[in-house]
Amino acid sequence: MPIQIEHLTHAYMPDSPFTAIALEDVNLTIEDGEFIGLLGHTGSGKTTLVQHLNGLLKPTSGRIVVDGLDITEKGVSLIEVRKKIGLVFQYPEYQLFEETVAKDVAFGPKNIGLAQEEIDRRVRHALELVGLDYDDVADRSPFELSGGQMRRVAIAGVLAMEPTVLILDEPTAGLDPAGRHSILGMIRELHQSGGITIIMVSHNMDDISTLATRLVVMSRGRMVLTGTPREVFQQADLLTSVGLGVPQAAQLADQLIAEGYDLPRGLYTQEELIEAILSLRGKEAGAC
Amino acid sequence: MEKNILPIQLKDVSYCYEPEAEPAVSHVSLDIEPGSFVAVLGHNGCGKSTLAKLMNALFLPTEGQVLVCGMDTAAEEKVWNIRRHAGMVFQNPDNQIVANVVREDVAFGLENLGVPQDEMIERIEAALGAVRMSAFAERAPHLLSGGQKQRVAIAGVLAMEPDVLIMDESTAMLDPAGREDVLQTVHLLNREKGITVVWITHFMEEAATADRIVVMDKGSIAMDGTPREVFSQVEKMKALGLDVTPMSEMAMELRKQGLPLSNDILNVSDMLKELKETLCPSKSSI
Amino acid sequence: MLKDITLGQYMPGNSAIHRLDPRTKILLTLLYIVMVFFVSSPVWYIFPLIYILLCAKLSGIRARQLLSSVKPLRFLLILTFILNLFFSSGSTTLFQWRFLRISKEGLMTAIHFCMRLIFLVTGTAVLTLTTSPIALCDGIESLLKPLSKIGFPSHELAMMMSIALRFIPTLTEEADKIQKAQMARGADFESGNLIKRAKAMIPLLVPLFVSAFRRAGDLAMAMESRCYHGGEGRTRLRVLKYQKNDLWAALVSIAFLAVTILCGKLIQL
Repeated sequence: MPIQIEHLTHAYMPDSPFTAIALEDVNLTIEDGEFIGLLGHTGSGKTTLVQHLNGLLKPTSGRIVVDGLDITEKGVSLIEVRKKIGLVFQYPEYQLFEETVAKDVAFGPKNIGLAQEEIDRRVRHALELVGLDYDDVADRSPFELSGGQMRRVAIAGVLAMEPTVLILDEPTAGLDPAGRHSILGMIRELHQSGGITIIMVSHNMDDISTLATRLVVMSRGRMVLTGTPREVFQQADLLTSVGLGVPQAAQLADQLIAEGYDLPRGLYTQEELIEAILSLRGKEAGAC
Repeated sequence: MEKNILPIQLKDVSYCYEPEAEPAVSHVSLDIEPGSFVAVLGHNGCGKSTLAKLMNALFLPTEGQVLVCGMDTAAEEKVWNIRRHAGMVFQNPDNQIVANVVREDVAFGLENLGVPQDEMIERIEAALGAVRMSAFAERAPHLLSGGQKQRVAIAGVLAMEPDVLIMDESTAMLDPAGREDVLQTVHLLNREKGITVVWITHFMEEAATADRIVVMDKGSIAMDGTPREVFSQVEKMKALGLDVTPMSEMAMELRKQGLPLSNDILNVSDMLKELKETLCPSKSSI
Repeated sequence: MLKDITLGQYMPGNSAIHRLDPRTKILLTLLYIVMVFFVSSPVWYIFPLIYILLCAKLSGIRARQLLSSVKPLRFLLILTFILNLFFSSGSTTLFQWRFLRISKEGLMTAIHFCMRLIFLVTGTAVLTLTTSPIALCDGIESLLKPLSKIGFPSHELAMMMSIALRFIPTLTEEADKIQKAQMARGADFESGNLIKRAKAMIPLLVPLFVSAFRRAGDLAMAMESRCYHGGEGRTRLRVLKYQKNDLWAALVSIAFLAVTILCGKLIQL
């Protein structure tokens, strides 16, 4: 189910003196099974963009076609769109409201009018996907769980809609390293085993570089760069100019090359850089 | 304050939220040197935030003694004086700004201390200047960015002229630019005004900039040393549910493969320097 | 959307009226209300009218803005008019159809009461249009201060109002975010009957309350750590001070009141 974004422009408060362009002529196609890392400074338009994909915002001009359906047209059933594209907001645990975890996760499936049996099956499945034990948490109040568990419940609430595309807005914000690793591991699993297309907004270059198959870089409402992490991280100057950095491994690789060491270009993960450095040792004499 | 008095001293301190519960902080003894920048690391629930609140008399120890600039926090009559000396900035920028205008929020603590109006105006100007927020004095706080809000909160504490600044996960909710901004601001205050800083965080990059790192686990101090000492113990940090900096981790991997790198690598420039020496000893000696 | 709720209707400016002490403006608004109640016949609304137009002129507020403050009251106005028109007793019948009867007195009363309402509302609008909520808050605190001697919590009241003002934008923003998050989970806030819509608010209100309580706890701790211990021994950064203009405003207003009362009493129409 590809998503085609065509000439998407969004202005807040159009026709008023306070008008502000949040998105300007964004063109992007997202294919099935991709893992998109959406990068950008605060205020670059990332959040505005993802809210369009879910029909929460309407574009000022341009269109978004999901699976052949133009979701920006009038009269399109937004429930249909939201069944296909799940959106997990920043700090999603702040949206929990039900008395029990199971009821909270069931909120979405209930809204789309599923039968009780199907709802139960989905709640079970969704909690399993986020790594929570159904029997343990189902009847507990979400408010007595730990912060990390609450976030998992909230993500399960979106997964229970069984979307084919899952958008996550900074899913690791505010978590400690252990919590961050486990949420990232869960997202990787959803992508690889669950076959879900993932769009993840992140500030952390080191995290995103190991997960994403493609990066999209936003700045001032425009898409300034897209490509594989390897392609994107070679544009260190451009990334710095839009207030972003590159992973530390890529910085080190760049500086080693600048010092005259014979390394391949475009290294950005720790593993491949270690390998390259070790191979340098073999031809040490030649490298100097 | 006299030089030989420690800004913060914990003597065998324990704290329980409820009488019968597991202690959140258990038998911690800690001396914070004047003018130092101490980072406190630990995973969620390790007791680091409780520790911060003990340093400001927001919590009183169940056992042991906490001294702030020599004053026992258990002495009720000194509580306002203690809080003036040990100022605290919290995690959520939105939940600690009281007033509707930046300048007035900075004034809040001074108003509470009963500082006369003309002196107040001077101290507010100075505090806003120190965090580079003078241009925003008349703004509404809710329209500022997260980093700017935290700088306003710092100014509010700074105006009270504290000896210690306790930052209780004050960068946890900020974006990278905001975090860097707040970190640099506090480092500047530490260097130029000699304010002692206790920086509670779970970001390793931030802790790496401190003079000293205290690692908490299950309410006790698990590690205590300079960033280089702490981050060289990669395996131990991981066992505590923490990370090290990406370069410390990479150095460990390279060491495993037989490269003779030292334990002192924290960042990219350390790594580059050592790699140059290791790979091409002749080149670096020129 | 929830975000569109704006608080009050303050029009920032720097006119003579804007610069008056908020206490003066609150007291003169009370004086103005007294003036309106002293008007005995519709003709004498000429004085409050001149007074209001003068204020509008000095503050740079347009008549349209003043009148728009009456808009929310239009149903009340119509109701007041109809009730007074048909149910006032009077000797001179202007119109009669079966049991419905309009008398001359009834018509005059209806006009009179509607005028009174309109003038009351536009007059207080001058206050809220030219005074920021924060200044109003300060003014009320200062005016109520003498009452704290008899145990009235004037400082606490003012602190509560000020914190409420501070958190309204934060909480509306949060409500907007939660609403969007629930909409992304298929929640429908817009269709259905009243009961269904009220029920749809639960997923919005529960997290909002949870968050408000969490914020309140955080804020209390932050205030305590900054040495807040009530109004006692507290100094203020902003101290209200009467200026010369406050005196002039008071004198002019009292003159208007005097003329209104005198005309009403002496010239019987």
